[in-house]
Amino acid sequence: MSDMVGIVIVSHSNDIAKGTADMVRQMVGGEVKVAFCGGDPDGGLGTNVGGIMDAINDAWSPKGVAILVDLGGAETNSEMAVEMLEPERRGLVVVCNAPIVEGAVMAATEAAGGSSLEQVRAVAEELSAG
Amino acid sequence: MTLQSDTFKSLVKEAAEQIIASAAELTALDQAIGDGDHGTNMRRGFQAVLTKLDTIGAQPLDEAVKMIGKTLVMTVGGASGPLYGSFFLAAGDALSHKKLPEDLAAVFGSGVAAVSARGRSQAGEKTMLDVLLPVLDILKAEAGRADLIERVRATATEAVARTAPMQATKGRASFLGARSVGHIDPGAKSSCVLLCAVCSTLEARQ
Repeated sequence: MSDMVGIVIVSHSNDIAKGTADMVRQMVGGEVKVAFCGGDPDGGLGTNVGGIMDAINDAWSPKGVAILVDLGGAETNSEMAVEMLEPERRGLVVVCNAPIVEGAVMAATEAAGGSSLEQVRAVAEELSAG
Repeated sequence: MTLQSDTFKSLVKEAAEQIIASAAELTALDQAIGDGDHGTNMRRGFQAVLTKLDTIGAQPLDEAVKMIGKTLVMTVGGASGPLYGSFFLAAGDALSHKKLPEDLAAVFGSGVAAVSARGRSQAGEKTMLDVLLPVLDILKAEAGRADLIERVRATATEAVARTAPMQATKGRASFLGARSVGHIDPGAKSSCVLLCAVCSTLEARQ
C-alpha cells in the first residue's frame, strides 16, 4: 500500500484519536495506512512528541503522511515531531489545518484514490475554508 | 565556555525545583485562561530533566542545553514542551559557536527567536514571549553591568504582571477573547520562575 499517502491522527485524548482512526478504517477501508497518537507521555490528556513520531513512521509511505490534529498543543507537538524525523522524511509530512474527524475521513478518502500529499492536504483543508 | 560544570548543574537543578514547586500555581493560572495543565506538564518535563541531571551535567555546555530541550520536548506533553524545548535546542545550537558570558544576549536571543517561530507569536500576545523579549532587551542593553542579575529579575517579574491586561490571541487562551483579560499568562509566569531561579543561583555563587 506504499503508493498511498498515510494518515496520522493526533488528539489530546487517546479515545478521540483511536475513535477517529476506527471511523476512517470503516469508512475508507484498510488500504490507506492510518496511525494515531492520543494523550500525554503518562497516558493522561495531552500530546506526546515521541508517540507522534512513532505514528508517522507506522503510517509511512513514500508519498508522504498527512497529520490531522485537534487543538493547538497537538499542532505544535506535531510540527515538533516532524522536525525531529530523519531529514529525508521531514519534507514529506504535512500538518493539515482541518477539523480532526472530518479532515481525517476526507484526507483518507482522497489518499485511497492515489492522490499526492498536496492533493490530500488540499481536500482536508477545504473543510476549514468553508 | 566559562560556566563551571557544577554551577551549570546547580542552575538546572534550581530551575527544575522551582518549576516543580510552582506547579500548583501554574496550573491554577492555566485553569483560569487555558486548559489547566501547564503546571502538571512543566512538572513532568522538569522532573525528567532532574532525573537526567548527571548525564546532562557531564556533556559539553552546548550539548547539555540541547539535551534539556530534547527532554522537555519528549516529556512535557503540551504546547509548552515544543516551546521551551525549542528555546533550549536553539540556545544549545548557538552555544556551539558562541562564548559566555560575552555572547549571552545572542545565545538567549537565539532561544527567544525559536520560541517566536514555533508559536508563530510576537510581543503583546499574552505569552511567554512577553517575559522573554523584555529580558532579551535588558541582556542586550545592559550586558556587563554589575546589577544585571537584579535587572533581569525585576524585568521578568514586572513583565509577568504586564500580561494581565493583555488579550490573548495565541494558544488556548485566545478562545476566551476578551475574557482572558485580567489574568496573568501561565507561560509568562513559568518563564519568570525559570529566570528567577537562574538569577538566584548565580547570585549565590558570586
